[in-house]
Parts: sequence; C-alpha cells; structure tokens
Amino acid sequence: MLDHELVNRTLGTALRTGGEFAEVFVEDKRSTSATLDDGRVEELTSGRDRGAGIRVVVGDTTGFAHTADLSESGLATAATAAAAAARGGGGGVKEVAVRPSAGPAPRPVRISPEDVAKATKVELLSLADAAARGESASITQVSARYGDSRRRILVANSDGLLAEDDQVRTLFSVSCVATGDTGLQTGRESTGRTVGFELFDDADVEAMARRAAGRAITKLAARPAPSGAMPVVVGPGGGGVLFHEACGHGLEADLVAKSASVFAGRVGETVATPLVTLIDDGTMAGEWGHFTIDDEGRPAGHNVLIQDGVLTDYMWDHLRARKEGRPSSGNGRRQSYQHLPMVRMTNTFISNGTDEPDDIVGSTESGVYVAQLGGGQVNTATGDFVFGMTEAYLIENGEITEPIREGNLIGNGPEVLTRIDALGNDFSMGSPGTCGKDGQGVPVGDGTPTLRVTSLTIGGTAA
Amino acid sequence: MSELIDIAARVVGWAQRGEQVEAFVVHANESEIRAYEGEVESLTSAESRGIGVRVVADGRQGYAYAGTLDEGALAETLREARDNATFAEPDEFNGVAEPDGHTPAELDLFDPTMASFSTDAKVALAIELERATRAADPRISGIESAEYVDTVFESAVATTTGIASTTRETGCYLSAYSLAENGDETQTGFGFSIGRGPSALDPAKAAADAAERATRLLGAVKPETGRVTVVLDPWVTAQMLQIIGHTLTGDAIQRGRSLFVDRLGDAVAVPAFTLIDDATDAEAFTASMVDGEGLATRPTPLIADGVLQGFLHNSYSARRGGTRSTGSAVRGGFKGAPGVGAQALALRPGTATQTELIAGIDDGLLVQGVSGLHSGVNPVSGDFSTGAEGLRIRHGEIAEPVREFTIASTIQRLLLDIQGVGSDLEWLPMSAAGVSLVVADVMMSGV
Repeated sequence: MLDHELVNRTLGTALRTGGEFAEVFVEDKRSTSATLDDGRVEELTSGRDRGAGIRVVVGDTTGFAHTADLSESGLATAATAAAAAARGGGGGVKEVAVRPSAGPAPRPVRISPEDVAKATKVELLSLADAAARGESASITQVSARYGDSRRRILVANSDGLLAEDDQVRTLFSVSCVATGDTGLQTGRESTGRTVGFELFDDADVEAMARRAAGRAITKLAARPAPSGAMPVVVGPGGGGVLFHEACGHGLEADLVAKSASVFAGRVGETVATPLVTLIDDGTMAGEWGHFTIDDEGRPAGHNVLIQDGVLTDYMWDHLRARKEGRPSSGNGRRQSYQHLPMVRMTNTFISNGTDEPDDIVGSTESGVYVAQLGGGQVNTATGDFVFGMTEAYLIENGEITEPIREGNLIGNGPEVLTRIDALGNDFSMGSPGTCGKDGQGVPVGDGTPTLRVTSLTIGGTAA
Repeated sequence: MSELIDIAARVVGWAQRGEQVEAFVVHANESEIRAYEGEVESLTSAESRGIGVRVVADGRQGYAYAGTLDEGALAETLREARDNATFAEPDEFNGVAEPDGHTPAELDLFDPTMASFSTDAKVALAIELERATRAADPRISGIESAEYVDTVFESAVATTTGIASTTRETGCYLSAYSLAENGDETQTGFGFSIGRGPSALDPAKAAADAAERATRLLGAVKPETGRVTVVLDPWVTAQMLQIIGHTLTGDAIQRGRSLFVDRLGDAVAVPAFTLIDDATDAEAFTASMVDGEGLATRPTPLIADGVLQGFLHNSYSARRGGTRSTGSAVRGGFKGAPGVGAQALALRPGTATQTELIAGIDDGLLVQGVSGLHSGVNPVSGDFSTGAEGLRIRHGEIAEPVREFTIASTIQRLLLDIQGVGSDLEWLPMSAAGVSLVVADVMMSGV
C-alpha cells in the first residue's frame, strides 16, 4: 500500500523530537451501498477514503494527526504535527527499520464485491421488496439496503512491526412497516459477514424479507409489554448484545484503568454463575467482527474473559498493554485513519450450555421471551444497561404465547451475570452490529445460546 | 472559503447535457485534547476535506464521495456518481434544489478568535476542567474523561440549477464525565460548556455540573413500578424533541413511517405545546444560514397551540408533496446525499420555573437522564420506553435519587398528557433546545 522505505522515514520523522513510540496507520477503503425504499431502488452511493493516521507517544501523552495526503511531504507534515502534539522533548534522530511480520496473512474472499456488477447488487434489493410485499397486503412499506466495503490497512510502528490486512465486508438488511387497525408496526432482518459477495450463497434475501415482514405483521396483534421485574428468556443469537453491553464494555482495559468499570480490580473473582463463559474472539473467520490484524497490527485473538464464572482477563490495546507490561490482546480498533485506536470488542459471545431450549421455556412459569434485541447502551461505571426488544413474547405457564410490543429492558451487568440460571445448547451468532464508543463506530458480532435471567426489568406500558 | 465554492463550481461545470449535478465540498479543522491526572492524555489535530457529488439524469439519482480534494479524485467522483445513477430507478421527484428567492439570514457563526487560540491555551483549559471537576466535591473519585474540542468548518454547495452557497462556522466545547463514590457505590455525571469561540467557555460551570449530576445520584435505589407524573429535565426534553422532529419530516410522512401520517390540522398535543424548527435562531448551536442543499434556512412552525401545522421538507420531499422546501435539507457529512430533518427545534416556553413546576406535584419523578433512547423509541408506532435516572418528587419537593428503571408511554399520549411547560428554555449541544416539561401518567418500571 505504501513503500516500506517511506514508512521508515515517516516513523523516523515522528520520533525526531524524542517520541518513545510512533505508529503509522494507512487505510484505503472503498465502499458501495444501494438502497431501496418505497418500491424503488433510490440511489447507489460509492466512496473512497484513503489516508494515514500517525501517533506519537511521549510518557503518558499521545499526539495524533492524520492526513489524506500520502506523499512523502504529506506524511512528514502529519508526523511532525503528531510529534509536536505529544510535545516531544527533543533527541537524536532515531532510525526505524520495519519489516513485514510473520503474522497471519489476510484471508482472501471468494467473490470480491468489486468484481460484481452493480446491476446484480441492485437486483437483490428488488427481490427482497417483492418477497416482503408478497407476504401480506398489510405490508405497506419496505426498505432494503445492500452494502459492501473493502478496507486495506497497513500498520507500522517503531517497535519494527509492519503488518497489512485486507478486510472485505458485505451486508444486507430489510425493514418492513405493517399497517393494521392498531396502527403501524415494524420488523427488521439483517445479515452481515466479513466475506465477499459469496455471502448470498447462504443468505437468501427473499427469506430474510419474509422474516422481516412476519415480525411486523406479528406485532400488529401485539399487546403492550408488561412492566416491572420478571424472568426473561433470551433466544439463541438474540442475546449477544446483552453481554456486549452488560459486561463486554466493562472489560475494556481503558475503562478499567480509569476505574470507570464495575469490573476493575476483580480478575480472579467469581463475577458470574459457573454457567457463564464469555469470550471475545476476533479470529472467527467470516463473522462480522472478524479481522486478521487489529488496527494496531496485532493478530486478532481468542480471548476468554470469563471462564466458568470467574473473571480471567480484560481486553487490551497497545497503549494499555504497554503500561501493564503485557501483550495486547488484539483489541485495538479504530473507525478510520482519522481516529485514534482504543480498546474495542470484536465478536463477543457466551459459549454453549447443556440445557434443552424447550426445557428452559417450559420451566418458566411466567415471564418474557425475547427473540430479537435492538440496540443498547451501558454505563460502564455503574454497570446499568438498557436495550430495546424488537421481537418479544409473553411466557405463560411454560409456553410462549402472545407477542408483545417493543419496550426497553433495563438491568445491571454484574447482577445479570449472577442471575443466569439456565443456558441452552443451541448457540448461534446474532445480527451484525455497529458498536459506538467515544463517537467511533466499528463492526462487531455477538452470540449466545438460549438463556434465562431470573429477573430483569421490562419497561412496558402495561401495569 | 472561495476556494471551496470554486471547486464545487468546477465539478458542476463538468455536467453533461441533460444532467443535473450537485457538488458539496467541505473543509474542517478540528482539535481535541483530553486531560487525565493533570496531564495531556491525548492531543489530536485533524484536518479533513471531502467532496460528495449527486448526479440526476432521466430521473435517476446516483451519489459518490471522496475523502480528498485532489484534482483527479474530483473527476473520478463525478464519473462514479454518474455511473451509479444509471443503476437507480427513475423517480419524477428526483433533482437538485432550485433557487427559491429566499435570502439567507445574517448570522454570526464564525468567531475569528478561534484561529489564534493557541494549543497551550486549549491544553490549559482541558487541564483546568479536569482539576476543577475533581475538586468540585470530595465524593468525586475519578474522571472518565475531560476534554476540550474545537472545530472550524467550511462548506460549499453548487448546482447546475444555479445554487452557489457557502457556510463558515466555528464551535468549541468542554465536557467532563465524572465518577462519584460512596462506599461500594459509583455514580457518573456529565457537564459541558459550549460556544462559538473560547471566550464562551466556562470550565467551572462544566465541572460543577459534572460533579452535581454524579453526586446527587449517590444512594439511588430502584423505584417501585407504577404510574407517575414526571418532570423531564431540559436535557431529556430536548432529546425527545429530536425524535419528534424526525417524525415530522415530509420524508417520514410520505413513506408512511410516522405516527403523524394523516394528522395535519389535528389537535395532536395540549394547547400549551407550540413547536418550531428555526435554524436562523443564532442562539442555537446548530444554527445555520443555509441548509444541506444550499437553500436559505427559515423558521418552520410544526405544531402551534397543539395543532399540527406542517412538516419539514427538503427539495425532494417538497416536490413529492406538491409544496416548497422549508430549507430543511440535512447532511451527515459529504458521504451521503442530503436527507430531511429538523435543525433547531424549540418549544414555546411557559412561565413557571422548574422549582415551581415541582412544587405542584404531590407524587412524581424528576427525570434527570435517559439512556437507550435510540433503541427505545419507535417513531413509526410512537411507542417509547427508555432507561432513566433521577429524583423522586414528594409533596412538591425533591426527595431520594432513583435509578435502573424505565419510563414508557407513546409519543401520542405524551403530547396530550403534558401538564406544564417550563420557562427555562436552554439551547443544548444538539438540534433542539430544552425546557422542563411536566407529563402526567407515565409508566415507571422498577422493581
């Protein structure tokens, strides 16, 4: 992507005023998206972002500058600005020699989206529209989105590291509005993987559209969600975001270091029921949160955070790991070359238990079954989280009965971990997500088997 | 400045016969300084440029962007947008904006002192903010973040229909997130100070707010489930208004995705509720003279004395609705075509202070903050449910803090259950102003 000698010289410039660590991150990203709305393919958008972010660390201070100018002088200007920002104290010229690492090679995709005709991408949207509308006359609006991106990155730093990755992601989503006597209701379905256009070998967009339509139609007959604390069974795949919010964020080392996490200082302690093993795994090939190297050049990791209920480790980026004198766990990520990396999740999941899913529901006298969750949010310092239910049902006498309208679930991360009393054997990954932290969005995946939390507060409108 | 409009005009000049082209060009400088334990934790200086090009030909629309203004990229971006347009389906309402004779308001959104405000002075502000937040209360145990951020932003829009407009603005803010501790318990709070230039910033106020918000929640318990009267703090009201603003766009209405479909002229709220969107209000931090398509912004009444008056339109939704644009085209940057949205929403304030409103409530709740609003509101059905924290109100006075509960209703009901609008109108760092709002009969879910 960039001549290695030029990378060396840029790092040298970054370190000229006494920086202790310098890094060059180069990114070239192309993306295409197409939307269908109101029965019509509205617009295709394509874009290109290319540039470099340079950071210099002096003591506890990080200086950062970025540039879209990848010429020798553009990089030198950014390197000097980053060094000045870090307020380097002056020093001799440092020579840096980077060498390509012997790390993992980028995983090639089978069908590069760049090789697929735009007309073929657009056709998927029309198929989804027709399938959703064909499901019922009550489907009054359909919107669908196709998106792909190819992000090539190069990371080099003053430790001599030089690594490259080529990340291709493809995404498809459908949203439907159903209109009935009770008003308007919505349903959504999406799939996204770190693969090329071969995504559609497995993902049937028409079936997805029908599922989205079915969700909206089902909710037309839904009753208001109940209110108050009650048992909640979360379906397979649907619950991953719960753990992303409820404890994933609290296990990020940058927040831990500032004591802005309820899990700070608790490694080795029992923080969950023994049923719970929580893993963050960037190596899961094809999953939405997958990559070969993170945005600091470290290989993706398979990191066990909670093992059988015991807190085993946090997630680390270069900066926090360096301070603790330990290796990064491959969780240094950034939205683009215009952003500093920080500790971020990849694919976060609870591994399988042994219970039969039917038994979990059957042994729940009354409560709520959540099949699909929406977005969520957590206060990592208190552990309080909230997230939306987008498909949920009542559980009455051990059976899933009526659909309920959406509402929020609220709880506390550490409390939820101790209140899981059943874990299914039906593990599944959930929908692709974008995790926002400090204003930076990155793709993340999550997953769970069916599980039961003995008590969570449902924020409905029914008494 | 003139350089940006020159670039936009040049790209537009490459339009082919029968083709409409719009070029949107931006240039931004941003600095961000984070302080931690009396030192600079990070200092980012960033300069970014970009262009977004929209092409409409035979009713088909295509868009492309590039994060650079290199000469070669300009032509390539236009070519790409043109190619993309051939794959979209025709829509008779597609097209760039047409000049409509409205003159942009004269607003002073650019503070020239920003350019000469030194990095050292910025660093000093961030460090002072962190120090003041720690010192504000002995129960403050830590700082999650304390930062100074500023932006100098310029943009230009040119079209083949004759629009050529530019904007230039500055902004800066201080924000602090504090941690308060009491025994095993931790609470968090935020405070901020925002302005067009550094002279508007008040680190002491931001620090005091961050400390106050965190410490007043110490000892919070989970409340009992039940129906209560709530007082929404201005910060919370503003967030709700932003969601309501989204449902009042021509786009949401025309696509059948708003609870206000077919309600024009109806009494949708109590008579005390008057809502206007006005980006020409210079007090708004989101004020602007022109919209995302280069048309003059203007005041747009949405709900007057409880009656639904109209919707927000960009040029597309206006054409489709047989009306004129309200100058409400909004862009999330140069990476996408303009949509339609509210820019500066405000309620007509009432006469009572928050304290006076609280004094009239026997059993209620002051909602200080909400979380998960983005996932908890359905703008189509109007259902909403959000995580909340705040203080109980008993016999007209503030009582114990409460947390980890939700409040829920529907937007339709909320607008009809309003019992009081405060006098405390305050512009906040979002596309809406806040004001205390009293709402009866909201479902609170706790234990």
